Amino acid sequence: MNAKHIIGMVMTVSLATASASVLAGSHDSKLEAKATAIIKRDFRDKGIAKADRVNQDALQAACSKYEDDVPDKLKAKLEAAQAKEIKWPADGKYMGDWKAGEKLAQSGRGMTWSDKPEDPAGGNCYNCHQLSAKEISYGTIGPSLRNYGNKKGMKEEVQRSVYGHIYNAKAYNACANMPRFGHMGILSEAQMKDLVALLLDPESPVNAK
Amino acid sequence: MNTDKLASMLLVLAFAASGAVQAEEKAVSDSEKIEQYREMISDGNPADFDEMRGEELWKKPGGPKQASLEKCDLGKGAGVVKGAYAELPRYFKDTRMVQDLESRLLTCMTTLQGIPEEEITAKPFASDKKPSDISSLASYVVGQSKGIKMAVSTKHPKEKEAYQIGKLIFNYRAGPYDFACSTCHGTSGSRIRMQDLPNLNTKEDAQTAYTSWPAYRVSQGLTRSFQWRLNDCFRQQRFPEPKFASEATVALTMFLAVNANGAEYAGPGLKR
Repeated sequence: MNAKHIIGMVMTVSLATASASVLAGSHDSKLEAKATAIIKRDFRDKGIAKADRVNQDALQAACSKYEDDVPDKLKAKLEAAQAKEIKWPADGKYMGDWKAGEKLAQSGRGMTWSDKPEDPAGGNCYNCHQLSAKEISYGTIGPSLRNYGNKKGMKEEVQRSVYGHIYNAKAYNACANMPRFGHMGILSEAQMKDLVALLLDPESPVNAK
Repeated sequence: MNTDKLASMLLVLAFAASGAVQAEEKAVSDSEKIEQYREMISDGNPADFDEMRGEELWKKPGGPKQASLEKCDLGKGAGVVKGAYAELPRYFKDTRMVQDLESRLLTCMTTLQGIPEEEITAKPFASDKKPSDISSLASYVVGQSKGIKMAVSTKHPKEKEAYQIGKLIFNYRAGPYDFACSTCHGTSGSRIRMQDLPNLNTKEDAQTAYTSWPAYRVSQGLTRSFQWRLNDCFRQQRFPEPKFASEATVALTMFLAVNANGAEYAGPGLKR
């Protein structure tokens, strides 16, 4: 546990105390059903974002219910179910072209109602992660991936794990913030391989000394 | 406001907008850049224009019934605007609903002025081409709560329920990216690219964020309402579109407003 976690916990606890009277009954299944019904009624199609996007799968429902802190047993079950769904590359290769990966990592586009159906989705990587040292405009919701390949090497099991994380991060951590790029059909197999190369290829700017 | 002041304000804005591009290269966070704009235009905000437009719309007879909105009850009695926003959303007996400012304005515009609801909700947000009456009215009303402490009630059972439903919506993960509001706004000190993200679960961040909306967006050249703010969050969340002034948006606003209680309302604000 790091300092950020501790601060986060202290804040959560103090907030919970401050508004305990209002928060009473937060695991009220009747209320949860009512909230879900309101959401289903109050969102509508716009552009490519259709109203049925508010319908949750089992994983989304569980993470919402437990505010991303699901009990261990359920967590393991959810992760196993997600892992089973990963479609591994048929050719057994995980590494593509880091240059294409860098381009993809820069793009934060895709899947909003203002995106056109023909616009390809980006990887959104820099929105949340530090990658190349040259790119100083990076987000911090996810961990820094700077020097990732230098730290992890590029053995096949490492490549496979990186591919799996990009394909479906929830197979490794049920309520991770990261989207399931393969599982949800956001990126193609070739694009995910390009991102694996961006992280692991010794020539990639992510691993520049 | 005189033309000199107007001219200097526009100059400052143009300068600030070009400065933003240069500053990006120096890894100055967006919040720091905005602080710089705020200092530069400390004696005025372009949102003033929208407030003035809203004040005119409030006082001038309009709609099929040719009535002004001066009899509109925003919760503190018919026609009372001062301090009304600091206590919204709230439960209204006449509609038997919890309403936020824009939902309540919608009620007043349809009942007092006779404007068809669809006419207002079809285009509730301002664009480059056309201002929005309901959005300008909101700018006027919020301006009348400047400096007043946020005191949103959860005493009425419907108000308490709206808060709880709002909290559930805040944590509701769905869509192709599995995002909830909390994915970006549930931890402290993080950012997307260079944009700092408030943790809206904490009092401090919720207070700063909530009390600075509605706001003039420098990058868009428009004053944006709170309903717009939520709408654009859901767009980036990869959700479908929330219906304007719907129960879901009012409940979410209730959750955020209550978390901001105790802070002085400071809007209309100024944003990148």
